[in-house]
Amino acid sequence: MQKYSVFSLIKNAFSNHQNWEVAWKDPTPKSEYDVVIIGGGGHGLATAYYLAKEHNIRNVAIIEKGWIGGGNVGRNTTIIRSNFMYDANARFNEFGMDLWRNLSQELNFNVMFSPRGIINLAHSDAQMNAYARRGNSMRLNGIDAKLLDRDDVKKLIPMADFSDEVRFPIFGGLMQPSAGTARHDAVAWGYARQADDMGVDIIQHCEVTGFDVVNGKIKGIRTSRGDIKAKKVGLCVAGSTNILAEKLNMTLPIETHVLQACVSEPVKPLLDGVVTFGAGHFYISQSDKGEMVMGGDLDGYNSYAQRGNLPTIQHVLTGGLALFPFLSRLKMLRTWGGIMDMSMDGSPIIDKTHIEGLYLNCGWCYGGFKSTPVSGWTFAHTIAQDQVHELNSELRLNRFSTGHLLDEKGLGTKTWIG
Amino acid sequence: MLYIKCPYCGLRAQKEFSYGGDATVKRPNINEEVSSEDWDNFVYMRKSPRGKHIELWQHIAGCRQWIKVQRDTATHEIFQTAKVTEEIR
Repeated sequence: MQKYSVFSLIKNAFSNHQNWEVAWKDPTPKSEYDVVIIGGGGHGLATAYYLAKEHNIRNVAIIEKGWIGGGNVGRNTTIIRSNFMYDANARFNEFGMDLWRNLSQELNFNVMFSPRGIINLAHSDAQMNAYARRGNSMRLNGIDAKLLDRDDVKKLIPMADFSDEVRFPIFGGLMQPSAGTARHDAVAWGYARQADDMGVDIIQHCEVTGFDVVNGKIKGIRTSRGDIKAKKVGLCVAGSTNILAEKLNMTLPIETHVLQACVSEPVKPLLDGVVTFGAGHFYISQSDKGEMVMGGDLDGYNSYAQRGNLPTIQHVLTGGLALFPFLSRLKMLRTWGGIMDMSMDGSPIIDKTHIEGLYLNCGWCYGGFKSTPVSGWTFAHTIAQDQVHELNSELRLNRFSTGHLLDEKGLGTKTWIG
Repeated sequence: MLYIKCPYCGLRAQKEFSYGGDATVKRPNINEEVSSEDWDNFVYMRKSPRGKHIELWQHIAGCRQWIKVQRDTATHEIFQTAKVTEEIR
């Protein structure tokens, strides 16, 4: 594989960049694989990469209905953080932060990981207490957390509304300075390129139509491009999880909902890092191109449409304007939607299933992007070793029936409210 | 914007309604022994189909009645609405 570097850039400049190697091939599916990963998003590509790299399993195929990186890995707001209170979530995502820190070097692809911090704003004394508690929990797990008072916040985001008239005055906030953003497409492409180089077949425009399960054991999958035998199959399909589960006669603690995001026209740098509004559901960061990247609530009803309705955008931006009045001067560049696999406790599932050789990676709600590396890493381990890793030992499917929920936000089973 | 025909008030904008989830989930009978599996199914397990979905909505900014709506989860087309005591076929 051609290594990307300043020297290869200069070399290829002489031929007008016409002679770059393709980043990944377009193979026809083989009849049999050791492992088939369904879903060519960030998590699926990362899983294939770590299967090849960490476990030396290279006879692997990724089956993608559309094109790689066309789903949620290209639709998220690129936030990376590990500011969780529960041990299981904190350990899992902090391991992921370590993977993020070396990802550009590891993949030889600049994922533009930019740890400029995240601030969760508080608008009451009670919220400050809750953040103090969460920050302490984070610190106990070795994650950096800083409790900010009103003046600290004012220094960091002076453009927020600090006037006396506001309905929800800023009391302070909780900051994770090591959190940040990354270029989401580059994450998918970087993993795809390295996985392809190690022998993984990336098969795009291939829809899974069914599964071959014999005596409780997976034998292969049926696709729009023919049957493929597989010793092991991993599901990494986010919002489409329930569609495939139905083909397997499985019912899961997951509902699919649409989440919208939007960007403004690009402006000069004014916001460093990520800020979340604590009195409504609104978060914002500024992309490297200068666009304000914003998101918030789900549309609030089950949906497989990768687009949403205007009332939700209006509602989210009402919160945005309350926090940052300057947004009213900006034009909206575009809005879009992605479909979220909302689990019933808000935490993901990475586990084996009752079908031998079938593995499940789902339930990411609207926080899947930040966990892309650690999700792939632990899912690859779970598939290769046929057992969960310590890191995902609490992200089991049976936690709902045993009562060991990871309800980080304590929202209950009304997933659309979160 | 979705437009939902409330069986009591007529066609209204979605903003007047609040969502209540899958209407086909049945609570286990009271005063009967309920297995953990049945509770699990009732509380957590959802089919979440792509296509026709029968769901509960409450006309929160109108008559405040709970209603049933049959809607396509991929196209958002609404086929039928009914009072919560009525069946949608």
